[in-house]
Parts: sequence; structure tokens; C-alpha cells
Amino acid sequence: WESFLPSQVLVQPVQLICLYAPAYHLILEGILILWIIRLLFSKTYKLQERSDLTPKEKEELIEEWQPEPLVPPVPKDHPALNYNVVSGPPTHIITVNGKECINFASFNFLGLLDNEKVKSAAQASLKKYGVGTCGPRGFYGTFDVHLELEERLAKFMRTEEAIIYSYGFATIASAIPAYSKRGDIVFVDEAACFAIQKGLQASRSNIKLFKHNDMADLERLLKEQETEDQKNPRKARVTRRFIVVEGLYMNTGDVCPLPELIKLKYKYKVRIFLEESLSFGVLGEHGRGITEHFGINIDDIDLISANMENSLASIGGFCCGRSFIIDHQRLSGQGYCFSASLPPLLAAAAIEALNIMEDNPDIFQTLRAKCERIHELLQGISGLKVVGESFSPALHLQLEESCGSRENDVKLLKRVVDYCMNSGIALTQARYLEKEEKCLPPPRTRTGQICIELDCCLGFLFPQIIRMSVLHYSDFTLDIQVLPLMALKPDWVTGLFQYGTNAVRGRMLNFGTGE
Amino acid sequence: MKNINAMLNCTKLVTLNHIVHNGGLYKRPFNEAFEETPMLVAVLTYVGYGVLTLFGYLRDFMRQWKIEKCQNATEREEQKDFVPLYQDFENFYNRNLYMRIRDSWNRPICSVPGAKVDMMERVSHDYNWTFTYTGRVIKDIINMGSYNYLGFAQKAGTCQEAAAKVLSQYGAGVCSTRQEMGNLDKHEELEKLVARFLGVESAMAYGMGFATNSMNIPALVGKGCLILSDELNHASLVLGARLSGATIRIFKHNNMQSLEKLLKDAIVHGQPRTRRPWKKILILVEGIYSMEGSIVRLPEVIALKKKYKSYLYLDEAHSIGALGPSGRGVVEYFGLSPEDVDVMMGTFTKSFGAAGGYIGGKKELIDYLRTYSHSAVYATSLSPPVVEQIITSMKCIMGEDGTNVGKARVQQLAENTRYFRRRLKEMGFIIYGNEDSPVVPLMLYMPAKIGAFGREMLKRNIGVVVVGFPATPIIESRARFCLSAAHTKEMLDTALKEINEVGDLLQLKYSRHRLVPLLDRPFDETTYEETED
Repeated sequence: WESFLPSQVLVQPVQLICLYAPAYHLILEGILILWIIRLLFSKTYKLQERSDLTPKEKEELIEEWQPEPLVPPVPKDHPALNYNVVSGPPTHIITVNGKECINFASFNFLGLLDNEKVKSAAQASLKKYGVGTCGPRGFYGTFDVHLELEERLAKFMRTEEAIIYSYGFATIASAIPAYSKRGDIVFVDEAACFAIQKGLQASRSNIKLFKHNDMADLERLLKEQETEDQKNPRKARVTRRFIVVEGLYMNTGDVCPLPELIKLKYKYKVRIFLEESLSFGVLGEHGRGITEHFGINIDDIDLISANMENSLASIGGFCCGRSFIIDHQRLSGQGYCFSASLPPLLAAAAIEALNIMEDNPDIFQTLRAKCERIHELLQGISGLKVVGESFSPALHLQLEESCGSRENDVKLLKRVVDYCMNSGIALTQARYLEKEEKCLPPPRTRTGQICIELDCCLGFLFPQIIRMSVLHYSDFTLDIQVLPLMALKPDWVTGLFQYGTNAVRGRMLNFGTGE
Repeated sequence: MKNINAMLNCTKLVTLNHIVHNGGLYKRPFNEAFEETPMLVAVLTYVGYGVLTLFGYLRDFMRQWKIEKCQNATEREEQKDFVPLYQDFENFYNRNLYMRIRDSWNRPICSVPGAKVDMMERVSHDYNWTFTYTGRVIKDIINMGSYNYLGFAQKAGTCQEAAAKVLSQYGAGVCSTRQEMGNLDKHEELEKLVARFLGVESAMAYGMGFATNSMNIPALVGKGCLILSDELNHASLVLGARLSGATIRIFKHNNMQSLEKLLKDAIVHGQPRTRRPWKKILILVEGIYSMEGSIVRLPEVIALKKKYKSYLYLDEAHSIGALGPSGRGVVEYFGLSPEDVDVMMGTFTKSFGAAGGYIGGKKELIDYLRTYSHSAVYATSLSPPVVEQIITSMKCIMGEDGTNVGKARVQQLAENTRYFRRRLKEMGFIIYGNEDSPVVPLMLYMPAKIGAFGREMLKRNIGVVVVGFPATPIIESRARFCLSAAHTKEMLDTALKEINEVGDLLQLKYSRHRLVPLLDRPFDETTYEETED
């Protein structure tokens, strides 16, 4: 066995070579071997090494570098720079910049903001819990009122579970990235609101826009995806797909075709996330939103998200659906886990608002009737067209024709809004971050249409003023957009109407004599 | 032994560093220590996770074969053929590890979150899958978990009376955004006050602290800009940075060498691929880090920021009100000028016992945010009673209510902090962070001790926060105490006594440094020395 010793195996051939090979051969081979060794151990050739900067050069570069200012200067006359200042409560009659107006500008659809019952529930909560929660839900920030509110919302919406967030905007913006991750696919309506856009951006998913409410376009995209999936079935098995739509679109005032969406959902096996901030507490016989409006089984929607800042007149938002889905957010919803919980007094106010909605289901009919009335009355104003559904509590008025540039349109609409404000009607221009919105460009905003949001209600008065404002600026070719709401009590409406018409009369006198 | 030496060297280095290297920058001793994890503990911790994982697989196997009942909520029958909503391994941790100790979180309370708190008793009959409430209330638990630094979480008092008045006048909600019809006179009042409090030109308030970060950073930086972010920054800063579209680079926690290297490289090399210079560089740091209890090395950060012409975004969520002789936060703590910080951000949730967040800075900055902040355009504004709570509590801290109460609270908090931290160290626990930070992390390390510590403390009527992976690195599970000006000496002593007992019971006294009490000097004026035992 000795012959198998490695030393022998190695030594023997070397000895043989030395014996029979000529000397020059050995020398040459020796040099070659040395050269290979050198090559092996020499440093790899690096491009950067040649361009390495000396410390002095680096310092000069640092010295040279001039950053942009942290923020670009804002022009002093920027329309958004000077906010309207509302003194006192933002209810049906508000004081804007010192001027008393009828409020058509806030989302207080059900008039619950100054409801005494709601206020006293909030007061009771304030006395028991103080104001803040001093912690996120996980760390002693869960109060019994939060649990009650979640239970009540779930019961109201007839879902298994609900989860509340402390900020309306953060609700859908946190919910989407909780489920949809990098590599997943989201089909989204191009008119989707900003909160959805931010949620999608945070999710880093693959985003596919379909034309606003265009089911054929959506189906086209779904089919495209289907062919894609057939090519790569392994990837398709782990790629989650979602459709994100709004019940009643904030940006356009129309509803999504939910029944068709449900059909597509089962046909292409896509989950549906529905944002209902505008339709919750508005549509449907009991105010349950778009699902009730269309008579759709709520379990067919995977996740419903809404804020509590419109109809419920509180702060915060909620998501509801099956426990299988909702519970996941308690560990994965960023706005839920990492933020302080909702102040208990606001949760108590929302609970009381739910009580009122449950006890008086006819308020939704009243609201609807008012919306429809206004919608009808606003028809036929020259230069202006009303956009959106007749039952939408927010009406968009927009210019029939743009007067050239978006900037001019904004200015024109601002003058109309100002005119209305002087006449005792508070409207507002819908504000957008033009640059930011472009990341999901809805053609409506792109073509430069501006909305005046009217949190409106009362019948004739409002169209009259708008007509007058159009008259007043008839030197422009003008078209505008508006949105209405409701005032809850009939006596309020007559009272306000009286008040409003007086204001209009006053203006008309001025109009006749002055200006 | 090796570890001890390493640790001692480390501490010495820190001390030397600030004396020699930054002697001119720091006006006060900066004592911050992160004792190294003992090797044995680290090994045992990994073993613990290993055992848990093995058991997890075993139980998953049993669930699959229906030997063990599966308690998970399941997908609808109609949607079983959809792509699964969750990947299985994502839920493995929740199902098999988190579920075992889930009772230590989300404990519902039913009183004001003050120094003492009432908790709803809950029990679980199915190993934490579901909880049932017994209807009983556990009274007077000492609350070491809430961020109630200055004790403004109260149900009675001037702040609450003022808030109640505003509530009855204005109602709870606003129903509009700042740019539309939701800019109340109260908001304007608040913003002027915040600017005055911070000593900046202008300020703006937002409805949610988390969203203040995530919705404003994108307004400040974008493509072609660079964000340098501390590795332990809060999720909201991370989200904001990600939403902005800027390039993000991470520096080591509170490590100025790491920050300087990144700054230098960024300016010298410019943007990757295009090689264009960066448009601007924004440094994101927090005042107090809520999981480490460390305080940012602000003097050095400011020096670096000036040297490299970058901008500084300081998140004072935990430090505003809690640091500085008059509660002005970390800038005052180091005796610096607020002008040196470009963006002063903070929240109202913690020290002020309210909700929401703010940004303060130069007038141009705030004017820009007023027009371009996502929050101003698309999100509902702050609720009026909440605003009133902030106004009154802030005035109290500033002494504008005509009393000394606010100032006394700030001092009380500082005293409580020093006392509590020192006592814990003396007991032999490993405590992270700065000696002046009211956030006190006590290291537990092992996964089984997370639940045990939470439960044992609750049994002794003390509410604590325990955190583990993924909020911390996998082996660095910890308990966290948040001190409050509302804690009395008796409460702290009770808490300390119980912590000591539980510490012995669970063998948590890992520290291998022994403090030598400096009896001749009061504890709040000096630092401790460490000697080898």
C-alpha cells in the first residue's frame, strides 16, 4: 500500500521528468509556472482605480457642489397660499373670512357635525378618557370604545369584522400595501382618488390603469393578463391580483358599475377593494353604501374602506370585510400599527352618529331627494355643466368649454366662487396637486377641467347665484362644475332659504347699482 | 471576558470621542450605552427560536393532517381557487410564534391612559386565538407603556375643560380639508403657537403624526434627490422616503462616521449611472429613538449637515416636550438653535396628550407645504377639541397659563428618568439608550421571556410594553418603559421592586457591569463609572 502514498505518487513522475527532460525545457516550464502563480495572485484590474480621486480633489468637489434650495419659492399670489379662515363651527351657516355664508363646501352630508346627541356622546367620552390615547393600538392604545366602534361598524355593514384607523387618508393608503406587494398586479380606475394612488405607490405593485368606469377596457387588461399568465403559469400561481375602485368617485361624482365588476371578479379571479368614503352613509336604503345601492352581497367585495370624516362627521376611517382579510391589517396595516389610535371622543362621536343612522333610515332618502333636486335645478346654466350622478351628495360643476389653459380656468372658477361667497354661498374649488396627480393621470383633470365642490343642498337659491355669477362674468366663455349636499331638517332648509334669498336680493340691489 | 473588554473599550471610546473629538460640540455629557449581548444569551436565544420553529413545523404538520384543530380564519369557499392572499411562510411566524404570546399586546383599557390605568380583563380559552372579556376591570395598573411623557393624558383639568368647551361649540369633526373649507380659526391659532413654542418662523399642523412624515417628505424631495436615513428610523419616515421617489441610503444608527462617509461619497460620486450631482440631500433623523431609547447626536449631525450643505429633517415625535430644560425638545437639550434644523417635525400624540403632528421651519418652507403638502390638499384637518387640548397643554409647558405647572412637569420627567434608569442599571439589567431618555428599553433577548415578562408584570399590576421581532432585531427582544411626569416616586419604587422580582424570577439580569454608586454626588449631575466586576 505504500506505493499509494501521495508523496510517492507525486515524487515519482517529477523524478522521471527531471531525468529525461532537457534543461532548457525545465527552465522554461519553471518560468511559466511562476508566471501563472503571479497571475493568480496579482490584483484584479480595476477601472475605478485609475480614476480614484485624491482627498484634495474630493474636497474641491464637495466645495463646488451647490444643492438646490430645500423648497422652491412659492409665488405670493398662489391661490392655495391664503386659506379661507372659518371662524366658529363649520356647520350649515359658517363664517368664512368674516363673512357669514351658507355652507355648501364641506362633506357634512348628514348634518351630524353639530348634532347635539353626537356632541354629548363625545363630551361624556372626554370626561372619562381625556383627549389623546398616548399610544398605538398595540401598546395600551386600545380603548373599549375602539372595540365597540369596530363591532358596531361591522354590524352596520353586515360584515364579519371592521378595523379603525385614526386618519381617513391613511385607511385605504395603508390597506392596499398590506395585501398587495411587489410583483402583484392591481387594476385601478384612472379616476381613483389620491389616497388610493398613494397606497398603490407604497405597495410597489404592478399597476394597470383602466379607463374610468370602462368595463370593456378593464376586461381587455384582464384578458391580456390571462394570456400573460398562460405563458408563465408558475409565476401566475403566486401573483395576487386586485381591482381597486371607488363606490362614488371623489373626482368625478359618478358610481362604479359594481355588478359588472363582480362578474369580472369571478371570471378572472381577481379580488375587489372598494373605497367608499363618499358613498358610505349616503347610498342605499340604510346608508350602507354602494353594495346596498346595487343590492350586492357584501361578501362578494373583498375589502371595503371608508372614512368617518364625511357622513359620520368624525375623524378617522375604517375597513370592513371578512375576518380572514381584515385581521391581517392588525399586524400589517402601517397606519394602524405605527400610529397612535383614534382619540376616544372621536370614536364615541362616530358610534353616536351610527346610532342616529340606524334609528333614522329615512335620512338617506331625504338626502337623496335633495341631491336629485339640486342636480335637476343646476341643469341648463349656460356655460356650466353638472358632472356626476344625480344622487351624488357632491356635485361637480365644470366649464363646458375650457377657456384655453388650466390656469385661466382656475382663475375663472375662482371668481365664480368668490362671487358666490360674497352672495352668502360658500362653495369651494376642488383642489388637486397637479404635478402629483399626474402619476396616475385621469384625463378629466388633465384636460384642465376644474371642479367647484358644492357641499350643497338648498333648492333654488344656489342655482340662482351660480346663474348670476355666470351672468356677471359673461364676458368670458364660461362653464363650471358643482356638487350638492343636504341640510337635514326641513325647517332649516326654509330658514336658510329665507336667509339666502335675502342675501341674494341684497346682492342684486348692489349688482344693479354698483359694479 | 472578551465581551466585557470589548464593551468597556466601546464605552471608553464613546466617552473619549465626545470629550476629545467633539469636545467643542457637546455642552453636556453624552452618555449612551448599548451593552453587548452576552455570547451565551445570544446562543440560547437562537436555540429558543430554533425550538419554536421546529414546534411550529410540527404543529403545522398536525394541522394539515387534521390532528390539531386549525383556528385560522379561512378563505371563502367561492374564492378557494383564487391566488392565495397570503403566502404561507408569511403567516408561519404569526401562527406559531406571535400567537403564543399575543395576550401581551392590544390590551384594552377603559380609563384615561394616565400614570395609573384600568384594564379590561380578558381570557383566552383557545391559546390566544380568541379572547373573551370577563366583564371585570383590573383597576389601578401602573402604566409604564403609554407615551404620556408630561402627564397631559388627564380626564379633568384646564386642558380638558377647554377642550370640552370647544367640543360643544365646534363639534367633533371638520368634514373638509385645509385648502377647502376646513381651515378653522383654531387651526391658525395653533400654528402660530407651535411656531412660537419651537422658536421657528412658521409652522403647520396635521391630523396624524404618521401621515405628517409620510405625506410631507414627498413634497420636499423627489427624483434626483438623496435621502440619508438612520437605520432605525420609524416606519412613517421610511414610508415617506419611499413615497418620495428619491434615492434612499441608510447609515448606521446614530453613527456619525457612517453618515459622513455617505455624505462624502454622495457628493463626490453624484447620482449612480447618470453621474449628475444630486439635486439635494436630506438627512432624516429622530430626536429620541423609540425602540433604542437613544438620543440623536444632533450637534454632530448639524456640523456635518453644514459641512456638506445638506438639509436636516428632525422627527421629534418622542423628544418634543420630553427633553430640554423647558420641554422644547432635543434642540434645546443640546443648547442649539432651531434655525440649524431645516425641518422640525413632531407629534402632539405623546407629550401633549392629543393627536396629530406638526412641521415647523422657515416661512418659505411652510408656505410651500401649505400649497403642496398632500395632507393639506387631500386630508381632513385636525378635530377642534383635539386642537384645543394641544393649545392649552402647550401654553402650560410654556408657562403662559400663569403657572409653573408645565415647567415642573418637565423637571419631574427628567428626574424620574434619571432615577428609574439608574436603579434598573444598579439591579443588573441591560438597559439601552441615553441616560436622559424617558424611553427605557430593558433587554429580554429570549422569545419565551417576552410573554413571560409581560404576563408576570401584569400579574403584579404593572402594565409594560414588550417588543420582539420584527420590531427589533431577532435576538434583541426587549421590554420598554416610558416614563411620565405623572409617575410619583412611590409608583416608580413599586414598579422597580416588581421589576426586580420578575428579573430574578426570569433571570433577566444579564449585565456584567456593576455600577459603583457615587454616593457623594447627586445622581442627576454626573455620570456613572463602570468597573469590571
